[in-house]
Order: sequence, then C-alpha cells, then structure tokens
Amino acid sequence: MAEVALADVSKKYGTVEAVRGLSLSIADGELVVLLGPTGAGKTTTLRLIAGLERPDRGDVAIQGRVVTNEVPAERDVAFVFQQYSLYPHLTVYDNLAFPLRSPARRMDEKTIRRRVQQVSELLHIEQKLDNRATALSGGEMQRVAIGRALVREPAVYLMDEPLSSLDAKLRAELRLELKRIQRELGTTILYVTHDQIEAMTMADRIGVMNEGALIQQGTPREIYERPNSAYVASRLGTPVINLIPAELLGGDAMPPNARTVGLRTEHIRISSAGRPGPRARVHWVEHLGDQNHVHLKLDTHSLVTLADPVQQLKSGDEVSLEFTEPLYFDQVGNRVHTDRYGGRA
Amino acid sequence: MAEIKLETVAKTFGAFAAVKGVNFTVDHGSFFVILGPSGCGKTTTLRMIAGLELPTSGRILLDGEDVSALRASARDIAFVFQLFALYPHMNVRQNIGFPLRCQNYSRAEITKSVEETAKLLRIDHLLERRVGGLSGGDRQRVALGRAIVRRPKAFLMDEPLGALDSEFRRLMCGELRELHDRIDATTVYITHDQLEAMAMADRIAIMNQGRVEQIGTPQEIYDRPNTMFVADFIGAPPMSFLNVQASLQRGDCNIKIDGIAVEMPEVLADRAEGRLALGVRPENVSFADSSPLRGRVIGAEYLGTTQIVTVTTANGQVKARLSSGQAVQVGESVGLALRPDRLSLFDAVSGQALPSALHVGGYHG
Repeated sequence: MAEVALADVSKKYGTVEAVRGLSLSIADGELVVLLGPTGAGKTTTLRLIAGLERPDRGDVAIQGRVVTNEVPAERDVAFVFQQYSLYPHLTVYDNLAFPLRSPARRMDEKTIRRRVQQVSELLHIEQKLDNRATALSGGEMQRVAIGRALVREPAVYLMDEPLSSLDAKLRAELRLELKRIQRELGTTILYVTHDQIEAMTMADRIGVMNEGALIQQGTPREIYERPNSAYVASRLGTPVINLIPAELLGGDAMPPNARTVGLRTEHIRISSAGRPGPRARVHWVEHLGDQNHVHLKLDTHSLVTLADPVQQLKSGDEVSLEFTEPLYFDQVGNRVHTDRYGGRA
Repeated sequence: MAEIKLETVAKTFGAFAAVKGVNFTVDHGSFFVILGPSGCGKTTTLRMIAGLELPTSGRILLDGEDVSALRASARDIAFVFQLFALYPHMNVRQNIGFPLRCQNYSRAEITKSVEETAKLLRIDHLLERRVGGLSGGDRQRVALGRAIVRRPKAFLMDEPLGALDSEFRRLMCGELRELHDRIDATTVYITHDQLEAMAMADRIAIMNQGRVEQIGTPQEIYDRPNTMFVADFIGAPPMSFLNVQASLQRGDCNIKIDGIAVEMPEVLADRAEGRLALGVRPENVSFADSSPLRGRVIGAEYLGTTQIVTVTTANGQVKARLSSGQAVQVGESVGLALRPDRLSLFDAVSGQALPSALHVGGYHG
C-alpha cells in the first residue's frame, strides 16, 4: 500500500499556480526525491502533504486514508526544514525528546529515553546529548533536527532541502548517512532538493518538477538515460547535456520532426580533423581536477564535453566529432523517438 | 587592480585564535580563492583585508602600502556579500548608481559610469526597470554592478553564490570569472565549495583551523596535495587512503601493502618504519582481475556518465570512478589497479605528504 498518494492535486496562490494537477504515490520504505529549480512547486507539494496548505483541488492520502481536510497534527508525518530550528535553551537530549513529550502522546520517560538513545546512536551524536543545542557544529545541529523527526516514527518524513545550509563536504557525508539510515529503518521519505547529485545518489525514484507540474518520474537511471523532454534531460548530468539545433548536424538517422539534438558527454567522440563527421574547433580546456571539460565550437554553437586525459587537446585545435545515441527533441522540447532508438526508450 | 599581501596576519577573539599567522600574496589581476570548512578562519581573513576587522598582529599591504590600521572606508576595496541585497524601491539605474551618489559624484559622471557598468554586465536594457520584477540572475548582475561601478582596486567576495540553486550557481561562476577578466580586477573570493574554487581560481589557498594548509593552482592542489586534509577536502568524492605499515628508502618505486608491491612515484627520502597512508583519487582506480590487491564491492552510486563504486579492502575503503556502463555487483570480490604516477603518500600521524617524484612534477599530463 502506498504510504502517500497525491491525486490530481492543485494549489493556487492568487493567480500563481504553484502546483498543477500533480499525481504521485510513494510506496512504503521508498525514498522519492522531488527535483526542480526554485519556484517549481516542490516545497508547496510537501506543505500540502503535511497539511500546512490545503489543496484547491485533488486529494492527499496517507496510509490509504484521505487526509485532505485534516489538520497537520492529525496526519502521521514529520517535517524536516532547511534551517535547523532547534530550541536553543534546551540540551540535545531535550530537543530530541521534545516531540515525544507532547501531551497528545503521553509517552513515559523510560520509553522516551530508549528512543532518544537509539536515534542518537544512529546519527552518531550520542556523545553530545548533554550539550546545549547552540554548542554544536552546523552538521551536528542538522543531525539533531533530523533526529527530532526520527524519534517519532511517523508514516512518512517530509524533508525540505535539509542539507542545503551545510558545507559542501558535510553535505556529501550526511547524504550518504541519511540514505544508510533510511535503508536500515525502512522509512518512507519524500525529499525535496535542487541538487542533482543528491537526487541521483539518494533517490529510489526521482520526480522532476517544473512550474508546478510533475514532468517525469522514474529511477535515477531512467530519468538520466530516457528523459521525456529537453527540460528533464538538462536537469541531470555534469557537464550539462548539449542541445544543438538539428539543422546544424543533419544526417540520415534523424527523425523528420526533430528540431534539437541532445548530446551528453558520453555520446560525443572526438577524433582528429579529417575523419568523417561534423568539424569543430577547441575553444578552451577547463581543468576541474577530476574532470577536464573541453569547450568546443561547432559553427556558432558551444559544446562542452569531458576530455579524455590521454588525448592532448589545446585551444584552436580542429577536430571531427562522432555522435553515438543522441536524443532528439521536437520544437516544444518533447522527446522524439526514432525506430532505431525507440525500442530502448 | 591591486596587489594584496598578508604578512603573518593573526586575529584572536578573546581566547579564540581565529586566524593564526597567515601569509599570502594575491597578484595584480588574479582571481584568488580561499577555500575551507566553516570555522576555518576564511571569513575573518577576508574581513581583515576589507578593514572590517583589525588584525591582532601582522601586516596587510595593498599595492605595497601598509593598510593594516586603516578603516574599511579608507581602503579602496569593494566587498560583495551574499548577493541580492538590493534596494527594492529603486530601479536598476538607481541601485547601481547608489555608491557614487553617496560619494557626491556629478550627475553626468554617475550616468556615464552606470551605463558603462550596465553594458559590461549586459543589463543596459534593464536600467529603468524596478529590481523587484527581475529574474534571479539579473538581480545578481545588478548587485555586482553596484560593487564594480566605483572601480575599486580589489573585490572581496564572501560566498556570493551560496544562496543560489546549484544549477544557477554554475552559470554565475562562469559569468563572475568572465567579468573579472573583462575589468582586469583583483579578486579575493571565499567559498566552502571546492567546485566553485576549482572552476574559477587562478590560485587557491586552503585554510584549516586558522592556518593556510596549501596555496597553489587548482590543478597543483588537486594532483599534489601537501597534507591529508587538503587531499580529503578537495575532490568529490575525496581521495581514498590505504593504511600501510612500512619503511621506505630513497629511490624506492613501490610500497609493500601487506606484502603486495604497489608501484608509486619514486620516493625522495628515507623513511623509518611507521604508519603511512597511500592516497589515490577515484578516477585513478580501476578494476583488474589479475591484481593481487583485492577488495569487496560494498556499494555503487549512479551519477549518469559515471558511477562511484566503494570497495572495502583489508587496508581501508577505496572509491573508484568507473563508467556507468561497467556492470558492478555489490558483494563481488575485485582486484584493484591504482594508477602509479598519481599516487600520494602521507605520514598517517602528522598528515604531511612524504616527498616523492609526484611533488617535483615527475609526471606529464
């Protein structure tokens, strides 16, 4: 049974349609990531599930029960915000115990102690239980914030960019840790981010959002390899997919209604000038440590691709390009399938 | 344009030493990035260059002139905080011109400077627009315009892109660097994001606990880290370390890991038996059935073009960046091949790199 099900949910603020006809279901124990830029409607979706907003249309169900008209406290969800929002005057222990001491729960202190202990071990903050919340590092504070959601064992966790206020380094560590905890506990999480690496590495399924609508959902591999539009294709992948006007490339294999050709770095092979294929010029080579990006000029268009470390390319070099398995998009950016590649997609 | 020089600059707040004797020189026209985790002292360092904090000891020279004791307003420096701090009731022209109005420039001078600046940032068509209706990118360009309109000697930027979407951040990185080149500025830029640093910097200083751990070009720092801290801070995922108990002699070109000889850059000094760490970056690890150095796959993270595969060995975890096309089974036993000319060796106790051919640029690529 789905832990969370959204059926054709819409929400307007004034004239702005923040969420448009969104349907999504999250299975028990699944981690679903909503990915999209600022203003795509990701946070509004979370708030609709939590009951912090009421939809104009559509229904929200949690564990099979329609909760659309219930207040947040009646829904079995826990929300983790981007900012830690801890109680500064309380210790870590009391911060973690706080949700369990709510009069509505009436849990005895012994049970509370056991739960807090368990969660703090899971998050590796058991040494810090007696510290004031303000005497922690940023990473520890965010762990406490996540811990405060975990002690409650709700049906679903809603997480709104919980790692985005942290150092890049710490973010990478907590990302793995959060995924480990989710696997160990089998929790159900809906996670919102604009960071594609977080989405790719953590999600069982990704939902890509744009302007209030859910454009595509699938496993990270499905979304990356079989995007249904140029928009989705550009959300994932570093360097970002190259979108080239079709008339610049030509070729027989191209479907008649293709207007744009999408080329990921692994679909571009660079060989010395004179080989068959479109000609391009090396504009510059950008060294990023683990990866070197080659910026190419194909006519007036720029292409960016990963450099092969053994291939010594330098600015001004003339090269030939060969493309394998390009993606085609029509004039509104929807994916066009060819007979040749249609079977895969 | 300006040269900025810090000579053993230190700053203490009460009993807390935020910056402990920092030395570096930012050349004319260079883009210098200070990189480090939160609390490493990078912002305090920047604020001292700006004159927002006075150093407890040491000297700060701007174009050779000692400005250590001058207040911020007396130093010809522009400070860009996290951007977007615009005046909402003013239009673009008024926002950009504001710093000049405060300094009583003539109306004609202001018009000329504002229009030049707007053209430089390619927002000259937006001058009469209110800032409220602008896109995020254009708002950011306006904020930058306000910083550069005075044509100060140097720009100091404190995580200016920190609040932005990752996608948009990458775009702005390119724009900022291009702008820096176009106006021939000297820029000191602070970030905790190594990708920003690698993409923009001419030189990077990596700070840790109030000290500079290493200064160099992005490629130097990445390829030849001086300390385990640097090796671990740079790279996503960072360098992996294999724990080794060994002694080494000058001229050795391999190191024994539990009896298995692993080829590495030539060692340049004798080393008594002790705990060492052999460092390898994920892109320099591949799977080779014939390799005696073995481990078990414990996880694979799919990243599109590539995947990061984590392998546990008797000497520690190793991460490998492999093509996504390569089939990997969690639980399978694999042989590891490490690219010999790119391996780093550290004293595992002090964290310092041991001198090898790697550090004298003994490889090509």
